[in-house]
Amino acid sequence: MYDMGMAQSVAAEAAGKVSARGVQVFYGTTHALRDVDIDIADRAVTAFIGPSGCGKSTFLRCLNRMNDTIPGCRVLGDIRLDGEDIHDPRVDPVQLRARVGMVFQKPNPFPKSIYDNVAYGPRIHGLARSRADMDVVVEKSLRRAALWNDVRDRLHDAGTGLSGGQQQRLCIARAIATSPEVLLMDEPCSALDPIATAQIEELIHELADQFSVVIVTHSMQQASRVSQHTAFFHLGELVEYGDTETVFTNPVDPRTENYITGRIG
Amino acid sequence: MSIPQQSLFASDPGTARRRAAEARFRAYGLGAVLVGVAALLLLLSSVLSSGLGAFWQTRIHIPVTLAGAALDPLGGRDPAAMRKVTTIAYGKVIEAALRDAIAQAGIELPLTDAEIAAMLSKEAPAQLRNKVLADPALVDGTIEVSLLANGRIDGYLKGRVTMDSAQLDRNVTPQQLLLADRMLARGMLSRDLNPGFLTAPDASDLRPEAAGLGVAILGSAYMMLIVLGLALPIGVASSIYLEEFAPRNRWTDLIEVNIANLAAVPSIVFGVLGLAIFINFAGLPQSAPIVGGLVLTLMTLPTIIIATRAALKSVPPSIRDAALGVGASRMQAVFHHVLPLAAPGILTGAIIGLAQALGETAPLLLIGMVAFVREFPAAPPEGFFDPAPALPAQIYNWTQRADPAFVERAWGAIIVLLGFLLVMNAAAILLRRRFERRW
Ligand SMILES: Nc1ncnc2c1ncn2[C@@H]1O[C@H](COP(=O)(O)OP(=O)(O)O)[C@@H](O)[C@H]1O
Ligand SMILES: [Mg+2]
Repeated sequence: MYDMGMAQSVAAEAAGKVSARGVQVFYGTTHALRDVDIDIADRAVTAFIGPSGCGKSTFLRCLNRMNDTIPGCRVLGDIRLDGEDIHDPRVDPVQLRARVGMVFQKPNPFPKSIYDNVAYGPRIHGLARSRADMDVVVEKSLRRAALWNDVRDRLHDAGTGLSGGQQQRLCIARAIATSPEVLLMDEPCSALDPIATAQIEELIHELADQFSVVIVTHSMQQASRVSQHTAFFHLGELVEYGDTETVFTNPVDPRTENYITGRIG
Repeated sequence: MSIPQQSLFASDPGTARRRAAEARFRAYGLGAVLVGVAALLLLLSSVLSSGLGAFWQTRIHIPVTLAGAALDPLGGRDPAAMRKVTTIAYGKVIEAALRDAIAQAGIELPLTDAEIAAMLSKEAPAQLRNKVLADPALVDGTIEVSLLANGRIDGYLKGRVTMDSAQLDRNVTPQQLLLADRMLARGMLSRDLNPGFLTAPDASDLRPEAAGLGVAILGSAYMMLIVLGLALPIGVASSIYLEEFAPRNRWTDLIEVNIANLAAVPSIVFGVLGLAIFINFAGLPQSAPIVGGLVLTLMTLPTIIIATRAALKSVPPSIRDAALGVGASRMQAVFHHVLPLAAPGILTGAIIGLAQALGETAPLLLIGMVAFVREFPAAPPEGFFDPAPALPAQIYNWTQRADPAFVERAWGAIIVLLGFLLVMNAAAILLRRRFERRW
């Protein structure tokens, strides 16, 4: 059962950056997500947990309308960014995605140089006026993604030539180069070793100073380490949402408890 | 059941059977490759042995005195006036010069004047006339000229004509062959490289030795320009639309099926279509590269579309997601990221489509690209509307002629065509390598 009171208390304590009401997603005839209501706080990390196939990625993609690009996918319900309906016909998904950045599960750098990977977003959105401006943006993004020291001497080498962890950090640098207000991360550490994971968690922590970060993760430890709020999805439903500490130590729904203690999933 | 424990070094019956099966399979594979290579070698060697001769031509080298009385009767050296003198006059000059040269060389054979004159190509007077008209100051002088020998004499030097065959041949006598031997020994006759085969226009049935591929190569080149200029942009644009933008519905399915079917339509059908639509309905000229180019464009489009769509499909979707994720529009995602990655595949497809079009013959026969054309077409774009044959149609045309000398030329033209195809395919491979290296 979804605890409405909990969600409202979270919404009350931190102004909701993104709020969703009654979100339903269909892939053709498959009902992948049922009636999700959630308020995602600004300048905080929200973790989505739940067993595979429960709709975490699907919901994440609703938030920047990446589901628009999947043929046969229908999204119903109301999603607002700063109170503005993102499905309003006046909204250009391109603009939305510049404000709601995304890091994918599998590192997917462009087959271009490291520099061009990071510079791409600012370039198409006209965020840097000169080459020097761009250099600053690229360096800043790479530094924040904890990649600068690894690549400062080979900015013009292929981004695809980096190791898996470096590639993921490059993708994060690319996503934050446009200074999005919300950063969506879909299992960003699933392909990484513990050291790279720790670096990215550190980074998420820092990013939360400025952005609203939403992270999908399969690791309970990660969720409890990095997030302030946790949402538990199960079979297309948002089962429980609240403070991370509460969800982990004192879950309301038995399904949450079962999942956290390793009995389902 | 578990695998019984035994030494790793001992082989069990299962292993032996598996190895035997693998060895057999490898042998089949290798055999298949060898058969393929052997067939290719056979083809190449037969093409080369039959066709290389066309790149050499027998010429007769004699001094010719250009009597002004015969070649410039008015004496003004005025090109317009000299143009009135026909090849008949030049023919007489050459024949006399040849008789003199033979006598000078001390060759004595029972030959009539006509037989001596027949040593030369019927094209020889025109050769000399062109030379004199280009430089009227030559008149009244004596110049060394190299004139085309008759096709039969050329055939004798290439082994096509023998003393025995000459006995039965109305066009050549054994005495003429003897004369050729003597002239060869004295350096008056030689077999040289023949650039004219690539640059000269076609020639009539009676002068195979003068026939060249110049006009046909131009005709084919014009057609390829048209195909490239139309099929590449149309094909790539429609593929991008279908692959990246079009909704998946009944209509796009229908289009998809039709493109696949179009690729399988026999080429002759495109020829009939071209004849009906472009010539009979639209009124475009016959035998013109524009019509051939349009027909071949229709034929090449499905090839390019299929190759382009395959290339676009092979770009991982994660790249599109990445671009869209940072806020690129669909078009930016396609043009900045997908298209550059698909470019090698698209180029390869385009060049292979073009190579196919270059070798296509059947539809060209229907729209009159087998015509006998000696005039070079003008420069494009006007030249697209001038009549010109195409390379493969020229090959077909030459195989239909009576004189066996044309068969050698047809094989030679096949070498030229294969050469172009080889260059195009090599270009496809090179371009692909080059683009792929830029990750
Ligand atoms: N592109 C798609 N087409 C059809 N069904 C999909 C697609 N993506 C996800 N689904 C379905 O939606 C459900 C939720 O998937 P997803 O959001 O990827 O789960 P999670 O990220 O939580 O593992 C699954 O049942 C999955 O099969
Ligand atoms: Mg997922």
